[in-house]
Amino acid sequence: MSNGINFAFLDEYAKREIRRSVIKAICIPGYQVPYSSREMPMGRGFGTGGLQLTLALIGVTDTVKVIDQGSDDSVNAVNLRKFIEMTCPGIATTTRLQEATLIQSRHRIPEQALRADQILVLQVPYPDALVIVEPSEDKRKVMHGEADYSRLLVKLYEDIVKFDEITISHRYPTRINDHYIIDPSPIPRYDVPKLHNSKALILFGAGREKKIYAVPPHCPAEPLAFDDVPFRIEDFTDSRGERRACKLCGSQESFLDEFIDEQGERVYQCSDSDYCEQQQELAHG
Amino acid sequence: MGYVAIKGGGRAIDGAADALELLRTRQGESGQPLDLETIEKQLYFLHSRILSEGGLYHPKLAALAIKQSLGDTLEASFALRAYRSTKPRLLETPVHDTTHMRLIRRISASFKDIPGGQMLGPTTDYALRLLRMELLNESQEQFQSVAKTLFTNLPIQAVPDSFPKVLDSLRAEGLLPKVNQAAREQPFDITREPLIFPVPRSAALATMARGETGSLLAIAYTNMRGYGDVHPTVAELRVGYLPVLLPHPITGELTEVGEVLMTECEVVAMYQDDDNKGLPTFTLGYGACFGHNEVKAISMAILDRALQKGMKDGAENPSEDPEFVLLHVDGIDSMGFASHYKMPHYVTFQSDMDRLRTTQQKQEASHE
Repeated sequence: MSNGINFAFLDEYAKREIRRSVIKAICIPGYQVPYSSREMPMGRGFGTGGLQLTLALIGVTDTVKVIDQGSDDSVNAVNLRKFIEMTCPGIATTTRLQEATLIQSRHRIPEQALRADQILVLQVPYPDALVIVEPSEDKRKVMHGEADYSRLLVKLYEDIVKFDEITISHRYPTRINDHYIIDPSPIPRYDVPKLHNSKALILFGAGREKKIYAVPPHCPAEPLAFDDVPFRIEDFTDSRGERRACKLCGSQESFLDEFIDEQGERVYQCSDSDYCEQQQELAHG
Repeated sequence: MGYVAIKGGGRAIDGAADALELLRTRQGESGQPLDLETIEKQLYFLHSRILSEGGLYHPKLAALAIKQSLGDTLEASFALRAYRSTKPRLLETPVHDTTHMRLIRRISASFKDIPGGQMLGPTTDYALRLLRMELLNESQEQFQSVAKTLFTNLPIQAVPDSFPKVLDSLRAEGLLPKVNQAAREQPFDITREPLIFPVPRSAALATMARGETGSLLAIAYTNMRGYGDVHPTVAELRVGYLPVLLPHPITGELTEVGEVLMTECEVVAMYQDDDNKGLPTFTLGYGACFGHNEVKAISMAILDRALQKGMKDGAENPSEDPEFVLLHVDGIDSMGFASHYKMPHYVTFQSDMDRLRTTQQKQEASHE
């Protein structure tokens, strides 16, 4: 590039290290592979882990989609997409899920199913599900190695005793390939089942915490629960027992954002803006 | 509609960048753009801090980082650190001996008479922190005359190029442990390896060397005040220019390629019994960083000592716990994460509300 910055910002050694870590992550599903994690020119916590994955994987034939909170047009998604466009001349960007080969997302997995030729990169603030029960990474590593998740189960049990509900709302601990439990990033519980036997490769990048992990295609992913207390996703039924609908596209099958409109009414709208637009296009022919 | 706040992000970001640029240039016609050399020289300590926390010795770009970030230390270090990510690491220097530093200042708090003598140099240590009102309207003539006149009556020839290290004399007396030759082996490179605990001391030192000054100071201060027991004495604090040697690309001979301004601090703490039934000796803490940052180097030396104790006997205090200290002193990491809370968290908050409402409903139902 004319300003002296390499294609995709990172130097080639850095990209190679990340790609090797990705391969290891795929080989050991759910295992957090440590990597050196370079400083990116946006804040740590703004998706630098996901961004490093995207930049290490991207080539000129790729089409990238960036989402934040389900929206392509939220400030952080725009910021990341502009940075990718600036540092990766020749690539294409899109907001349509079907056109994308590489999807970077924060807090959501798209509503529509991913394909085998797509890679989903999720931005991760806390890579380790055990952090809620054990602050020391050294000790957590041993617990993961031994698949010792008893304290996590105790935490769920205590929730049930106290509240008659598991109170973990997002970042729901999920067991991958019957061994490692991952923090699936702050996706809502609604999105957790999409990890299970996904056709697309799902990669997780934690920049500040310097970890990469993966849920490979067709890999089992089971949210932690008890036989008699099943895992439950967010409930969008109203007081009459009807599933709420998006006020724009009318969908009753999407994760909804809740807000107060100008009249002071509580209304609901699809969190995934691309899905919502496609539903509206379908409705209007 | 409240919801649209995150939509139209692209225009909003452009507008915010314009607003920030206006903030920088709002002096308008009466203003002069900051000159990089002025930043480097007149904002010397700020510049030093960015060199050190940015983890890249590039005085010109450090000055640029200060200019574009309007003097925000975290942002400036961050820009310099991010620039670093675009450059491959091509060479490694051998271990450098700071005895060869070209000093501008060196002091010892442990001995009055140290070989080579105490050299106060530029310091505010004994200055009265009174506002210098005469600088309110400093004229160019006044400013320029200082450098012209100061050296006229000084015996510059009498100052040697380098000074022996205070620790060498303590070591010669058998008051310090022998140099650990194993520590001279390949040091841990924190820019290429993530910290996986337990980490070697070299990883701890490297992490602290580019750590955020305030963070290091705060944790070191907990140790000084009673959450720890290092009780250090500054054996030597030196500031100066260290010649940097690299192997010549053809002959392989070590060749000086430049010098870096740096601060080094060595503290001596109360003695401990030798594990190998040898004589008890003092223990050491080491701090060093790019630029002239004395508080940082002292804090680092104290934490190094505290961490060595923690690594050996287990941590009794936060400042002795390697994970606690090393994973929380990097300014780029901590400021980035603190800032990220300003980003939208609508989805996770929706999820939180779902859990809260469900448990509220259950509790209400159980009270009925």
